Amino acid sequence: MTTIIAATETFDVPNAIAEDDALWMDADDLARVSGYELKPEGFCRDTVCIPVPADRADEFVRGTEPVLTNLAAFWSHLGGPVVRDEAATHWSLGEPPASGALPFGTVDAPDFTLPDATGRLHSLSDYRGQKVLLATWASW
Amino acid sequence: MWQQLVEDLAGEDFTVIAVALDSEPGAAEPWIEAASPTYPVLIDRTHVLADLFGIINVPTAVWIDEDERIVRPAEVAGAYESFRHVDADLGRVPDADIDHAKQMRLTYLEAIKDWAARGPESEHALSTAEIRERQASFDPDITEAHARFRLGQHLEAADDPSGARTQFDEASRLHPESWAIWRQTSDKLENGIAAGPAFAARVAALGERRYYPPPEMAGISEAPTTS
Repeated sequence: MTTIIAATETFDVPNAIAEDDALWMDADDLARVSGYELKPEGFCRDTVCIPVPADRADEFVRGTEPVLTNLAAFWSHLGGPVVRDEAATHWSLGEPPASGALPFGTVDAPDFTLPDATGRLHSLSDYRGQKVLLATWASW
Repeated sequence: MWQQLVEDLAGEDFTVIAVALDSEPGAAEPWIEAASPTYPVLIDRTHVLADLFGIINVPTAVWIDEDERIVRPAEVAGAYESFRHVDADLGRVPDADIDHAKQMRLTYLEAIKDWAARGPESEHALSTAEIRERQASFDPDITEAHARFRLGQHLEAADDPSGARTQFDEASRLHPESWAIWRQTSDKLENGIAAGPAFAARVAALGERRYYPPPEMAGISEAPTTS
């Protein structure tokens, strides 16, 4: 079993194949984890496609039926850090630049969804129309 | 401190959203019960907000307007470094420093009220250029530190404490400015607070640098002015 930890969600990918720093999985699993679908023009999400670099195609895609894709190589290509434990059973994805820190030229607050102590989920966008003081604290 | 503010601003379209950066389920609950807040209090086990808003310590505040635009990026809110000013003869923090910390908290709360009433007309609402200048930009080391912090949390839950320790140490090495990562993952005293000898050593190592840099705001200063 391979566990992939993204910023806000964790995915179990039973059929993933870890080889050193590569993490191969079928294109459906890659889409489930990353939100990008493999298409002839590249890895696509909404209207944006990221072409597979022609000279390094074998790092990103291999085989037929099923076609395997390397999530680690693709995520690094997006600019997001990829780290794993020694056993290569747990992989963690850092947010790529566009979704992590604020994109250039905008001061839009990134949306987030978190539970309260009763488990009820709240998103920042639920409070649109109100001024919000987002105040962090901790028990430690 | 926020409950009174929310009550004072009941007539405005204003709310506080408090978020506990707490990995351990339940750690924040006694604190929430004690405050019995009327505003939402959320639990951020994986410190997602640290990633999204560039938060390195608590308490911090981010001001966000009605259209979900940032008005002031993450800054220290309501904490001052009085602990540095312990007078050797008195054996405690002098009254002047305690009064100063109280005054600075009030100044900050007044600034929030001014913004709640006057919106962009408030002198405390920053321009886009000022926000961009203060906002942390993308840093691959910090992003990797957060990825390793989350990986460490999963390894801890998967009963691999030494694997977790490796990830937490590497996270703190990559993002040494983050007290949130370090304190969350360091040994706690019996009361759940990370304030043992290792914490004291880390504070001492700061030297002149600030643990809680005060918000850059009119009327806010670091220490009482000696007159």
